[in-house]
Amino acid sequence: MATDYATLKKGGFMRQKQKNHFSLRLSVVGGQVSAQQLAAITRVAEKYGHGYIHLTSRQGIEIPFIRLEDIDAVKEALAEGGAKPGVCGPRVRTITACQGSEVCPNGCVDTEGLAQVLNDRYFGQELPHKFKFGVTGCQNNCLKAEENDVGIKGGLKVAWKPEACISCGLCGKVCREKAITLTDGKVAVDQEKCNYCGRCALSCPTDAWDTQPGYMVSFGGVFGNKIHKGEAIIPFIEDQETLLRVCDAALDFFRENALSGERFRFTIERVGKDQLEAAVRSAYEG
Amino acid sequence: MAAYEIQADERVDITDVVCPVTFVKTKVALEELEDGQILQVHLNDGEPVLNVPRSVKEEGHQILKLYTNDDGTYELFIRKVGE
Repeated sequence: MATDYATLKKGGFMRQKQKNHFSLRLSVVGGQVSAQQLAAITRVAEKYGHGYIHLTSRQGIEIPFIRLEDIDAVKEALAEGGAKPGVCGPRVRTITACQGSEVCPNGCVDTEGLAQVLNDRYFGQELPHKFKFGVTGCQNNCLKAEENDVGIKGGLKVAWKPEACISCGLCGKVCREKAITLTDGKVAVDQEKCNYCGRCALSCPTDAWDTQPGYMVSFGGVFGNKIHKGEAIIPFIEDQETLLRVCDAALDFFRENALSGERFRFTIERVGKDQLEAAVRSAYEG
Repeated sequence: MAAYEIQADERVDITDVVCPVTFVKTKVALEELEDGQILQVHLNDGEPVLNVPRSVKEEGHQILKLYTNDDGTYELFIRKVGE
């Protein structure tokens, strides 16, 4: 049988040093794997692999030592548990996410829901080079947003509600940006200093804050042979529709401008950051 | 001890323990109370004051007041809210 490595690679079969063996990368969205998927993965690792899995650096699962001739049987066995191969190569990779506001007390946005939306919209899309999305729920940045080509970080825009406030001063204490001052029972927020971490609102004993969740997006992060932190263009995006427009614009920019094998960061540097900024701002404004 | 405007039914000192026992000790003290009764918690600056009030609130109890003492410790007044 002729070995079509391009097709194999698209399907997440990572060639191993050992002849005719592959480390099979699975599709995982936002780091969530169901018990049913795990059971199927276990069966495949035991029957077709070496009885173990490898956890990748980006929340993925790989099953090493899958033999070429077993590929179809493996895919079938995985499908029984709702699991399937992921992708590698020049396309949109695994969408990573922390647990976000559905589970984590610090979360400002529903990262898992957003990861699913991004996955449905972008996962596996063919591009000039790999492209990584990561979603983190708050400024604690457990998911390391700025490492990604597009990193999304949740935040809260806050407004004080005097009628509910008991003037305990906790918001001022928990604010790490020193943006909050309490004078004669009145709370003032310095919007210039506020970084949307939401600690004031989340720690408030009486919920004396109106909060607007939103997204802080960074562009051009890369953490491999070269290391660069992704950088922001728009300070705070309040709704998912606008966020997706901005993500579309970033991907379009990459698709239209990147050389084959060039990461987003270097496309931005070569073409000009102002060009990307213009595209992103235009998408932001709709 | 300084006078506070709120009269507590019980008082617990959590300045002798660290996270996560700060919260556990507070939670156990709350379990001893009846609904509507008030617990006064004596707690340290730093991690306890940043986390204990929020954890208590997330458990569904009502925070009435947080006083700052002269020595940098705090008094937190909580009204127990049952299931």
